[in-house]
This record gives sequence, C-alpha cells and structure tokens, in this order.
Amino acid sequence: MTTTALDRAVPVTTQAGPLRKAVADGLVVAGRNLRRIPRIPELAIFAILQSIMFVLLFAYVFGGAIPLPGGGSYREYLLPGIFVQTLAFASITTAIGMTDDMNKGIIDRFRSLPMARSAVLSGRTMSDVVYNAGILVVLMLSGLVVGWRVNNGLGDFLLAVALLLAFTYSMAWVGVYLGLVVPTVEAANQVGFITIFPLTFLSNAFIPIETLPEWLQPVAEWNPFSAFVAATRDLFGNPNPFVTDSFPGQHPFLMSVIWIVIVLVVFAPLGVRKYRSTSR
Amino acid sequence: MTDAITAEGLVKTFGKGDKAVHALAGIDLVVPQGTVVGMLGPNGAGKTTTVRILATLMAPDAGRATVAGYDVVSQAQEVRSVIGLSGQYAAVDENLTARENLVMFGRLYGLPKPEARRRAGDLLDQFALTDAGDRVVKGFSGGMRRRLDLASALIGQPRLLFLDEPTTGLDPRSRMGMWDVIRGLVREGTTLLLTTQYLEEADELADTIAVVDTGRIIAQGTADELKAQVGGERIEVVVHRREDIPVAVQLMARDCSGDCTVDDHTRRITVPAAGGVQTLVQVVRDLGDAGIPLDDVALRRPTLDDVFLTLTGHAAEQPEDTGEQDQEPVLASGRSA
Repeated sequence: MTTTALDRAVPVTTQAGPLRKAVADGLVVAGRNLRRIPRIPELAIFAILQSIMFVLLFAYVFGGAIPLPGGGSYREYLLPGIFVQTLAFASITTAIGMTDDMNKGIIDRFRSLPMARSAVLSGRTMSDVVYNAGILVVLMLSGLVVGWRVNNGLGDFLLAVALLLAFTYSMAWVGVYLGLVVPTVEAANQVGFITIFPLTFLSNAFIPIETLPEWLQPVAEWNPFSAFVAATRDLFGNPNPFVTDSFPGQHPFLMSVIWIVIVLVVFAPLGVRKYRSTSR
Repeated sequence: MTDAITAEGLVKTFGKGDKAVHALAGIDLVVPQGTVVGMLGPNGAGKTTTVRILATLMAPDAGRATVAGYDVVSQAQEVRSVIGLSGQYAAVDENLTARENLVMFGRLYGLPKPEARRRAGDLLDQFALTDAGDRVVKGFSGGMRRRLDLASALIGQPRLLFLDEPTTGLDPRSRMGMWDVIRGLVREGTTLLLTTQYLEEADELADTIAVVDTGRIIAQGTADELKAQVGGERIEVVVHRREDIPVAVQLMARDCSGDCTVDDHTRRITVPAAGGVQTLVQVVRDLGDAGIPLDDVALRRPTLDDVFLTLTGHAAEQPEDTGEQDQEPVLASGRSA
C-alpha cells in the first residue's frame, strides 16, 4: 500500500467508520490500562486481599448470626451478595483511575490526537471489566474454600458470570462519570464510598429484606443491587428464600438486565459529554 | 505560500467576576508554513493558553483560529491529524515503557500496528532513547522524558509542531540537546510554534519572535527587527577621571549621531553609534588624542532583554538557573544515551 504524505495526514478517521475507529481506539486505551496493572502490583494485590478478607469476615462473623429459614447454607446465600458488593465497589477503582488520568499530562496528549473522543472512557471501562473478572475469579475460589457451591448446570453458571460482568461494565460507566465530576482521587474515593456503601447494605446482599423496618423494605426491594444478588443466587442455585411479591423480587434477572440498560443509557452519554467539555 | 497558523482576536478568560483572569485579551498571530515562530513572554503572559487553543485542547471565548487551514473549533479532529504537541510537562504514561508509549500514540494517531512499531523504533533511535526504550518511563531523567514527549508528538509525522516551553526546567546540557533536536526538525521543514520565557532560546531557534505580555502580542518581528526597535548599536565609554566627562561628551557627540547619556557616578557615557565599529574606532582615537584615559570601552548591541524591557516596562522573567548556564561547559551535544 502506498500512501502520500497527505493521505497519512488524515488517518483512519476517514477510512474506517467512526464506530470501528471508536472500538479500535478504545481497545488501544484498554490495552494501555491493562499493561499498567502488573507495573503497579500493590494495587492488584490489595484488591485481591480485600476480596478474600470480605469473604472470610462475612462467612465467619455474620455466618453464625444470621440463620436462614428452611435450613439453607448462609455461606451459599452470602457469596453472591459479596460478588455484587465487590463489583459495585470496583466502580470506585474505575473512578479513581479516571480522575488520576484526567489530572495527568497524558490526557492532553490524548486530547491532541485524532482519536475517538470516547476511547479514553470506553477503554477504561473495558479494561476494568477484565480486571474485575480476575477479582471475581479470586472471590469464587475463596468462596469455594469457605463452603459456597454452584448447584445448577454450566449454562446457568456461565449466564450468572455474564450477568456479573455486564453489571460490572455498567457500574464502570458510573465510575467513569464519577471520576470526571470530582476534582481529585481522594474525592473520588470518598464520594464513591458514601454512595455505594449504604446501597450495598440496604439490599438483600447480607440480610433478608424482611428483617428491615417496613418502610425501608421497598427501598431494598427496588435497590438495583438486590436484583443482581437475587438473579445470581437463582442462577448459581444458591438459596434465595426471601422472594417478595414485588416485580424485582419476582423477576430479578429481567430487572437486572433493565438496570444495566438504564445505567448504560444514562451514564455513558453523560460521561462522554463531561469528558468533551472538561478541560483541566 | 499558505499560512500554517492564523489567529484573530483570540480571547480567553478563566473564572468569573472579580476573580476572572484574562489569559488572552485578543491574540493575533500568523505563522507562515515552514517557519519557526517563537512566542516569548513571562509566566502567565498567555503563551500556554494560546498553544492549548491552537492545539484544540481548549476553545477560545472569542476570536477564531485556523491550523493548516482547518478551524480549531469546528474542524478540531482534522487539526489533530496534522499537529504534534509537546508540552511543558511530559505527557506520557509513566508506567509504560518508552516504546509502549510511542506505539500507543501511533495507533491512536491512526497508524496500523506494524507502522506504529516501526515509527516508534525510528524515533527512539533519533532521540537517543534506544537503550532506554524498553524501560518504564518512571525511572527516566527530566531530559529523557522531554525527549520522549517530543518523540511522541512526532509519531504521526505532523506538518505542524507546537512546543510549549520545551526546555523549561532542563539542565543546560539537556537544553542544548533539545535545541539540536529542534533545529533538526526545522531543517526538515516542520512548521514550528515555540513558546519560551528564555530570550536566548527565542533568539537561537525562531525566525520570527512574537513578544507576549498580559494576553496580548505587543511586538512581532525577527530578532534583529525587534532589536532595531530599541535602537541600534551603542558605544559605552567609562572615563578614568570624572573631570574628563564634559570634554569626552563633547568629542563623542561630534563623532556620533545622537545624544550622550551620562552616568556621573560610574563615569559611564553612552551614545548611539550608527556607524558601528567605524564610529567606535573614531571615538577611541579622538579620546586618545585628547589625552583622556579610559577604564572601559565597548560597542554594545541591544539584547532581547533590552527589547523586553522597552516594550513591557518590566524585565523578562529570569529563571533561577540562568545565572549559571552561560558558564556551564557543554560536554556533549546532549544526545547522550
């Protein structure tokens, strides 16, 4: 292929479709983010240790205190809750990564390149899904050690994993937006923590919804995290004995998919718009 | 010949109300293709803001600008595909190797992977970074980072290069090395907009200098033209005895074209000398014939310092390291591995 200087001056943007360019650029940025992980090993190591700590703490501290009616294993009940909680918290890591990028000189380089405007954000969300998939593997292995079991077939298992990854992908876009609106890494951490922490506890992740005060129960029922927790419990064949009559209680999988779509439709455009308009 | 850069009435204000900072108060600038324009001014003059607007990182509040014929606001993506930007702070990923950085930027520029790899290898060679190419940037020295940053700006073979204070904070040796690299690029025909707060740097590298102060370009021209604005050469004479001053002034006024300035305290007499060295010889001869002993005599050309002082009423920002850098020996051409 021969190209003149002029052809080279206006690269792929005009040759490939904008969507293809956006995906290709997003993958380049995702590759960059993934390469960074082993270069800063302490981050990944602490994330893994924290996951194991959660499994052990909840399994042994709450495990004895919360008996499941019907005699199901609390640890089997618990683990899907921990999966969802950990993946929800991972969006804070995404926010921190985003804020960190925005405050570094490299963002100026990205902005001065003829790359897709969405690539810095889509790359971040894609690489964080891969990263969180790794965390999920660690969580599942630790879960198996403390007595969590998968009681359904491979198809349901894979569907559960796919749902969890789709969940973490949508949460990554929340993290991206959060990372763009806060000024510093510290703020990203604080804001993320005070919003996501109560949300994960005001759900069915660790306790039966029926044990909550009556006025709080609808909140927990309609809490998106409850739908994901219930859906994964069903798919793994783990006990989920507190099904309520509400729509999310009856159709947790469908509700989860709806939540994913809502979050993506709201937060992805918000993030891209914020990124375009932000100039630090 | 088309103009690589045009800017008309660029205005940019940061903040609102009482706290508003008028970074640009109407910048007009033309950079012909294939030339080097140096924007010279102190910190906060508006140099970086101008570059950020031209490089599409920021939109102006008012005014318009084109780069390679493309509007920087409405055709930003087209502008990005023909420019390279190297800033004051190395805009590279610290946790990647030099080569990984270059390949990544090449791919994002739109180069196919093999082409990006090849260009990255070439640039590492060109910038004497081959040995360090596969090391993580975190461990690089300031000079190496700047070279990598400049290499990153060149990965897409841009027709137009913006260098925002390319040598600020570098030690004298790395600075000379950067100058060599920049001269090389200019020889190859790259159009260059360079900002600097070092008068010497603008003098060394730029064809035309735009003097910027408080968001406006207050003078533009070649270094010689700017110096001519301040006046031509001057003769400075220091007489040994104070009582000789009146006679000396009389003789010098006859030989020279203008009025003498006398500093009684230092016994220094300064006078414009249109005839340059010829006039100097004449003055020295006349003073010698009159039996006036001299402590010092010099023909002084105006420096850009004089230009800056005359134009702005204040001296150019003097970076802390200027004091030493003239005496510092230049060990190598700077491209040490």
